[in-house]
Amino acid sequence: MAATQEEIVAGLAEIVNEIAGIPVEDVQLDKSFTDDLDVDSLSMVEVVVAAEERFDVKIPDDDVKNLKTVGDATEYILKHQG
Amino acid sequence: MSKIKPSKGAPYARILGVGGYRPTRVVPNEVILERIDSSDEWIRSRSGIETRHWASPEETVAAMSVEASGKAIADAGIAAEQIGAVVVSTVSHFSQTPAVATEIADKLGTQKAAAFDISAGCAGFGYGLTLAKGMVVEGSAEYVLVIGVERLSDLTDLEDRATAFLFGDGAGAVVVGPSQEPAIGPTVWGSEGDKSETIKQTVPWDKFFPHSRLRPSGGTPAGDVSDLPLDSQGNVKFPAITQEGQAVFRWAVFEMAKVAQQALDAAGISPEDLDVFIPHQANVRIIDSMVKTLKLPEHVTVARDIRTTGNTSAASIPLAMERLLATGEAKSGDTALVIGFGAGLVYAATVVTLP
Repeated sequence: MAATQEEIVAGLAEIVNEIAGIPVEDVQLDKSFTDDLDVDSLSMVEVVVAAEERFDVKIPDDDVKNLKTVGDATEYILKHQG
Repeated sequence: MSKIKPSKGAPYARILGVGGYRPTRVVPNEVILERIDSSDEWIRSRSGIETRHWASPEETVAAMSVEASGKAIADAGIAAEQIGAVVVSTVSHFSQTPAVATEIADKLGTQKAAAFDISAGCAGFGYGLTLAKGMVVEGSAEYVLVIGVERLSDLTDLEDRATAFLFGDGAGAVVVGPSQEPAIGPTVWGSEGDKSETIKQTVPWDKFFPHSRLRPSGGTPAGDVSDLPLDSQGNVKFPAITQEGQAVFRWAVFEMAKVAQQALDAAGISPEDLDVFIPHQANVRIIDSMVKTLKLPEHVTVARDIRTTGNTSAASIPLAMERLLATGEAKSGDTALVIGFGAGLVYAATVVTLP
């Protein structure tokens, strides 16, 4: 069953916590991965791969660069999840 | 029909000795920062690299190879005359022909050993090792010298902040010879040419040398450099290695972890049986993520030679192997997983017993 927006944000928060050590409550829709959450370009790839597995979605390399905020990623996953 | 006598090789092959050569000049991140807007902290956090070695004009691809090979031959306890074949993997020897392997074979004092170069980028060591194992077991050479050597400083764009800090120079060599026990596992290798744009040379040589218009095929009109990249001084940039960082990272960490696992499975070795992991020294972040993805146990020693050597492509695995053995972090007889991956894209992984 497709995940809701709330579930996706919660899932991303767990992933970002695991990869970058950021508290889950800091991971909000308006937060930038790079500027607010200490997720650099390489950690972002790890976040994306973990999100792909968790939400059954494919996020090609070309699309990764457009995912600046948690909101961007959430919207992408909502639209593309299997 | 006449009967052809078959060749006779050894039952198995093993790595008998390893040697490395690192250029004298040590280049800290401060030197790299003279040309790019970045910081020591940024370079270390993205790559793990603190210093790398850059070769002098005298430290040629051949000269570095001869030094590393001499050590590997001594470590193997054989004489250069016993070497039957020399396989050199490099992408930074600037003469198209002859192969640099022939010069190395001659300078080492081999007795007309077969000698040739291969081009398999950062997977070159594994490709060479696989060929060497085949030769020893099949019987076309009793001892084979496998060399990975690069002068990547010659192919580095010092004004590209994504790669200027990444590459280093050096040579690593191993001697592969006969064994009564299996000591080099099955190779899991392959290529993904559909991803050839991910890591590549910025400009092909024939385009960089515009006066090549007298070639039968024509070529670029003399002086037409209008579509070639320029440096900050307005000069045409020398060809360099460029890569798509995120795409390479994803492929290296997640696809190559699968290949590494396949190599373990093919050799019948569980992660618990493994002593040492020597991945291509591409980037410490790739190494750390691979270790995590592979779920390697704590006791496995992981090579992180990249910190003081940089990415030396085909040379990185034998250089890291030599350093682990020299420092005592790994010992002779240890079981090691080696995996190389890079431009092509190409890859090769296998399990070996350390010399």
